[in-house]
Amino acid sequence: MGKTLFEKIWDTHIVQEVTEGPSVLYIDKHFIHEVTSPQAFKGIEDRGISIFRPDHIVATADHNVPTQNQHLPITDALSRFQVDTLIDNCKNHGIELYGLGHEHQGIVHVIGPELGITQPGMTIVCGDSHTSTHGAFGTIAFGIGTSEVEMVFASQCLLQTKPKLMRINIEGALGKGVVSKDIILYIIAKISASGATGYFVEYAGSAVRALSMEARMTICNMSIEMGARGGLIAPDQTTFDYLKGRTFAPTAAAWDTALNYWQTLCSDADAVFDLELNIDASDIEPMITYGTNPGLGIGITKNVPTPANMQDEGEQKNLEKALRYMGLTAGQSLMGMPVQHVFIGSCTNSRIEDLRLVAALVKGKTKNPDVQVMIVPGSQKVAKQVVQEGLDLIFKEAGFEIRQAGCSACLGMNEDKIPAGEYCVSTSNRNFEGRQGAGARTLLASPLTAAAAALTGVVTDVRTLL
Amino acid sequence: MNKINKIHSRFVPLQEENVDTDQIIPARFLKATTRDGFGKNLFRDWRYANDNELEPKPSFILNDASYNGQILVAGKNFGCGSSREHAAWAIKDYGFTVVVSSFFADIFKNNALNNGLLPITVSESFLATIFGLDKEASLSVCLEDQTIAIDATGAIEKFDINAYKKTCLLNGYDDIDYLLSNKAAIENFEKNRN
Repeated sequence: MGKTLFEKIWDTHIVQEVTEGPSVLYIDKHFIHEVTSPQAFKGIEDRGISIFRPDHIVATADHNVPTQNQHLPITDALSRFQVDTLIDNCKNHGIELYGLGHEHQGIVHVIGPELGITQPGMTIVCGDSHTSTHGAFGTIAFGIGTSEVEMVFASQCLLQTKPKLMRINIEGALGKGVVSKDIILYIIAKISASGATGYFVEYAGSAVRALSMEARMTICNMSIEMGARGGLIAPDQTTFDYLKGRTFAPTAAAWDTALNYWQTLCSDADAVFDLELNIDASDIEPMITYGTNPGLGIGITKNVPTPANMQDEGEQKNLEKALRYMGLTAGQSLMGMPVQHVFIGSCTNSRIEDLRLVAALVKGKTKNPDVQVMIVPGSQKVAKQVVQEGLDLIFKEAGFEIRQAGCSACLGMNEDKIPAGEYCVSTSNRNFEGRQGAGARTLLASPLTAAAAALTGVVTDVRTLL
Repeated sequence: MNKINKIHSRFVPLQEENVDTDQIIPARFLKATTRDGFGKNLFRDWRYANDNELEPKPSFILNDASYNGQILVAGKNFGCGSSREHAAWAIKDYGFTVVVSSFFADIFKNNALNNGLLPITVSESFLATIFGLDKEASLSVCLEDQTIAIDATGAIEKFDINAYKKTCLLNGYDDIDYLLSNKAAIENFEKNRN
């Protein structure tokens, strides 16, 4: 029997099998950030041990940083202390830090790929659930807790049980105005926010092969939103072309050796998955969420479901609660509904291609005066590219506010928050209660759908503007 | 890490599904650099109105003094969302030792196990039975036997736990002890792959 892509990578990273227990899995690359690492550093120091492989670790500050005036000291004392703690920890333990002010700083899941640190066949972890993003390169990448960060510090390994494997095949061509964010929101709406728990998901099919690397990252990024530990896509020419020449990508003979290996990274024709799903790309329309988990999403032309029509009593109750929080009515359409905010950013959709999509739609137009639009590049590099390509001028003319790199309003942790009771069409990944700020109401969508709402001030089917 | 085996306690029923870690501990409380003190902000925005400890929401279960105990019982897909271990720390710091649900999100489950907080997965029907009990009822958990029982009725259910993790919890071991004892094998692995 052939092997799946996941198994090919997994098998070459097993240091040891534990009887009746998990395996010792070797980790190639460990990304850390300011929020989930300080307690792990403290743990190592309390044990009196040193970090086993500091050269396998890359640090950045992203969650808890302001997105304006980054050259000034951070105003919030707790945030400043947390970011300073990361600086001290990295210095004391010999870890490479791309902190504020560094040209490589940015959201951890944006910088890893853009610097060529993320490479096919690797095992990658980070104390952040969206680590699944790196799976777009054909890696086993998953989020871990702080105790596990400490384990990797101590041993460059984790004790892991092999997950079940699912393959989602997406075949066919995407319709006008439909992008990769819509694919993943469609899948999550179909199988629910817990539909892939216990699984690692491989995304395959002609619709996936046709996507750029950045679009693939958006899909893998949200694997966790259906409960999957991670998602991955077999590397191909698109992957290799993306990586070639990146700062930390292999060069010369090392590139050829790497490429030879990378080309073996695909699921064999006779590989068996625990579960396979098939999706027709032409069924997908621009998606938007109406509820308080990413599984509560609909095609933009559809109506919000009615709790009374739900068969399961629990689901009925959940939906009623979600609609109450969101201030929505069962059976209503979201189109035409006024929104007060548009947030374009986050590890899901803050890369240059996302911003190019937005720029192409809004070029020469102006935002609706009643909506605040925040556009937050995922990294310093993306921010620089925005200027080089003149996108900043388009955004300024449209009345959008361009911020500096960071996680920003995705998670209601730093200064960027959405006020209670107000609606935000957001390109981020979570619409949980209070995620973007206490009481904030999030409508998850693609960068195109977000840009459309920015122009009209209401939830809009972007296809009517194309 | 603390050892866990037998727990006999009343419980707090949180009849919500898909409880995500942003509800368990909102991101604005993740600015700390230690593991302590998260319990006071557990379920912060469900617990208090206007982010104010002087305005507890009477309808929220943690604000009902007639419920207490070391066992939190919640609806399916508990702990979904962010990988923040602060969620497990907050639940533990508040005073819970066990969380019972019919379904746990993966990362939360690992985080709980790594902190001496026992996640017990029960069947939907057993969960419904627990939710139907009166507030004075108590539960008995035995990790050794992998059982959870309703004291009043004697109803009992076996639960699954990874054998290795069970040994860790019973003895208070953590994974780092195990991994450190395998340094030679890890170094050997590194040598062989280069």
